[in-house]
Amino acid sequence: MSNPATLFQVVQRGMSAQMVRMNAAASNIANSGTVARSEAEAYRPVRAVFQQELDQASGLSSVRVTEVRQADVPAIRRHDPDHPLADENGDVWESGVDESAEMVEIMESARQYQNLVEAMQTAKQLMLDTIRSK
Amino acid sequence: MSDRLFGIHGAALELRSHRMGLLTSNIANAATPGYQARDIDFASALEARLGGASREATLESATRYRVPTMASMDGNTVELANEQMAFAENAVAYSATLTFLNGRVETVKRALKGE
Repeated sequence: MSNPATLFQVVQRGMSAQMVRMNAAASNIANSGTVARSEAEAYRPVRAVFQQELDQASGLSSVRVTEVRQADVPAIRRHDPDHPLADENGDVWESGVDESAEMVEIMESARQYQNLVEAMQTAKQLMLDTIRSK
Repeated sequence: MSDRLFGIHGAALELRSHRMGLLTSNIANAATPGYQARDIDFASALEARLGGASREATLESATRYRVPTMASMDGNTVELANEQMAFAENAVAYSATLTFLNGRVETVKRALKGE
């Protein structure tokens, strides 16, 4: 993707990146109670990895999501022989999602998203004032 | 010609506009690991610009990395409260500069019309 040339592109990309982050956290919360037959099959929380995207010409730097990576959180073994997915030892593997941490992640992301919107609105208003001045 | 017409305000508005972009970049990168927040030293930038330095040279010499109050574990030096404050301050100053500019234009227009 090309480098950010205007303030609006910076904000737009920042918002998209925060959106990816929020979706990742929401997916983690949605899968917090899921169980699997083996440790390998268990759900692992995903995280968006952010990277700076600098435009040398304008000096602006935006953000982009380089990848959505599975976090290295071990699955939790629970002994439940009656569970249909239990293995030969009577164990199931539960996803190791920390719901509180995911909620905090969403709140933080939402705040940063709001910040971007505010900054964009202020900048837009100032630009309009400049254009309309006569 | 336009330099003499607008005086200090033309250069100031240009720098304010650039600073707004930098602060927005900081806000956009609030969650980027290793990102180092930048800002411009407005006073020295304005001085350099009025001294006849080019736009590029001015920004090159006046752009600084922000020193965080408390560094975070991932190397990110953006502190949202500080950035918001700087952004608000910059927006007000931009508005003020714009008002001065408008006043200047108005003065010249009246002189031309001979009112």
